Amino acid sequence: MAESVSTETAEAPFITTRWTGAVEAIRSRAYWLTIFFLSLLVVAGTAAGVHAKLIGSLEAYGATREIPWGILISTYVFFVVTSTGLCLVSSIGHVFGVKDFMPIAKRSVFLAVATIVAGFYVIFFEIENPFRMAIYNVISPNLTSNIWWMGTLYGAYMVFMAVEFFLLVKGNYRLATIIGFIGVVSGVAAHSNLGAVFGMLDGREFWYGPFMPIYFITSAMMSGAGAIMLFTWLAYKINGEQMEPETKRALEVTTKVGILLISVILFFTAWKFIIGFAGGEAKIMALEALLTGPYAFNFWVLEIGVGMVIPLVLYIQSKGKNLSLMALASAMMIFGIFFMRYDLVIVGQVVPLQYELDVNEYQGLLSYTPSWHEIAVVLGGIALVGLVFMLGEKAFGGHRHEAHEGGEH
Amino acid sequence: MNTSSRIPDQPEPDKNGVIPEMERRQFLKLGLAITGIFAGGTLLSAASVVDKVFASRQEFADQYPYKPHYSMVIRQDNCIDCERCIEACRATNHVPEYGYRTRILEQVHPESAGRRIEFIPVLCNQCNNPACVRACPTKATYKNQQNGIVMVDKEKCIGCKTCMSACPNNGRYYNEETKSVDKCNFCFDTRLSKGETLTACAEACPAKVRIFGDLSDPQSEVYQRVHNIEKAVWVQRPETGVKPNIFYTKG
Ligand code: SF4
Ligand code: SF4
Repeated sequence: MAESVSTETAEAPFITTRWTGAVEAIRSRAYWLTIFFLSLLVVAGTAAGVHAKLIGSLEAYGATREIPWGILISTYVFFVVTSTGLCLVSSIGHVFGVKDFMPIAKRSVFLAVATIVAGFYVIFFEIENPFRMAIYNVISPNLTSNIWWMGTLYGAYMVFMAVEFFLLVKGNYRLATIIGFIGVVSGVAAHSNLGAVFGMLDGREFWYGPFMPIYFITSAMMSGAGAIMLFTWLAYKINGEQMEPETKRALEVTTKVGILLISVILFFTAWKFIIGFAGGEAKIMALEALLTGPYAFNFWVLEIGVGMVIPLVLYIQSKGKNLSLMALASAMMIFGIFFMRYDLVIVGQVVPLQYELDVNEYQGLLSYTPSWHEIAVVLGGIALVGLVFMLGEKAFGGHRHEAHEGGEH
Repeated sequence: MNTSSRIPDQPEPDKNGVIPEMERRQFLKLGLAITGIFAGGTLLSAASVVDKVFASRQEFADQYPYKPHYSMVIRQDNCIDCERCIEACRATNHVPEYGYRTRILEQVHPESAGRRIEFIPVLCNQCNNPACVRACPTKATYKNQQNGIVMVDKEKCIGCKTCMSACPNNGRYYNEETKSVDKCNFCFDTRLSKGETLTACAEACPAKVRIFGDLSDPQSEVYQRVHNIEKAVWVQRPETGVKPNIFYTKG
């Protein structure tokens, strides 16, 4: 979508002022066209979501009794994982004072807010009675429920991150650091609860186990690294500016973080299978659905290929300096991660609960296909992130890093 | 565990579901009483199930002090799939056609010498350690402290469907009409609270498959059957640790 913006660049030194003016005009046209297009998607997604609420999820959504969680849940997971990752990456600079990460910190915080908002946008249409949620989450909390903790902590996290961003814009770095730290803590706590939402369901063998919360945190960092690289690159294209050496340096370091985390997740994935094959029949069936079954394309091509192996190779090749290559790798990785979340959520439910009863009704794998309503809401959520990002770049002048930021610590 | 993966040394019950005495003793000696795989569910014990599932009787009473402690024993081999229970349930509890609170599953035994097909009634297990209750963010799903029935407070249900993901027995569905998750509640609101002693399904069953009663009362039929040392009794998916109150037996 936003790619169209980057067709023209102002980098060539021989361009005359007149040409620059023309290029600027085209850039501005492309910018507003993209804004318009993204807005349309958000409107369409919202309309689909509202329509779904009116006609009921039974008719509007693809989720069923047996597979109650569909693409809206996995997209929610995708957004909140990315947000947590961005928050963690940004905190390396802002909260923990690692200078290399400073130049990308502000944008990371902003994007963390944008993605968590998109997460809430999608979940609003997934939850059947979101207004009841606002009431009973407060007056009737169940403290043993991971999903309660997750929702509540993410709510707090969203507020802290928004406040942190506001303070950064206002130049109150000392307080921003404190709020940022609280934001990181609530984000990580929320995130491990998200992992536990899945990991503590002992009836669903594919998810069950202590491994989930750790996996979620690691893969959040991976998503965050990818997102910040892609969006920083895009931002400079949008603003038509040369990247400063400090920002380049920050992305170089982020590339290294990305390489490390992809490798860790690849190992995690391998071990998940090795351990899983020592498990019960239902678990093995789910793993086979990924390896050789109906989810094999998603798994091998999208998750492993597009999401991890190719980005890993490209990151290494880029040496952290070839920005276009890094952006391409990051875009691929984010695309792959979207399906990684999808597979995690769906494949966890495709083996019938009563499979081992060996009854006619539950012989093979169950299937789930997202409905158009669901897809529209997902696209609406993605467009929302794009929209907020683009508007943010203009409104906050490219989230410029000021030299004195580091001195405040 | 499906039936094809039976442990070779495991005794087979005769047509009444009774395991011959000699074999039973040997079986118990093998220490497979808990892990044995049996007739489509997991065999808990060929002897007293309650002692195995819930430790000793006193401990059981201390841990689950429900009075009455509602429970159901399903005489699986007696089910003829007439589905009158399902109809009665629909009518009594206003269950829409896209959902169900109870259902009959079909299990085929091609290798069987006698009847080749067996029908398995399933419903919410009213678990003592319910995964759905732990997972529900707003306490919309809760375990009634008097009678142990797992209930849903429609007003509090936000429709996040976590309980549906958490339940290992597929006991729940989302009801569009009531805007809440719905499940079997042993007809508490529609019958028991109005003085009836049986659930709609138990009353409708012509083959007396569904025996409903109070597990805390040693005189009740559910108690007697669950503690019958001659018959195998089992529950669905015991490995998930939810501790069901729906028991299965034969004969
Ligand atoms: S069977 Fe499922 S719905 Fe019923 S109490 Fe147990 S966990 Fe809850
Ligand atoms: S769907 Fe309703 S009953 Fe189930 S966990 Fe969510 S709020 Fe609780």
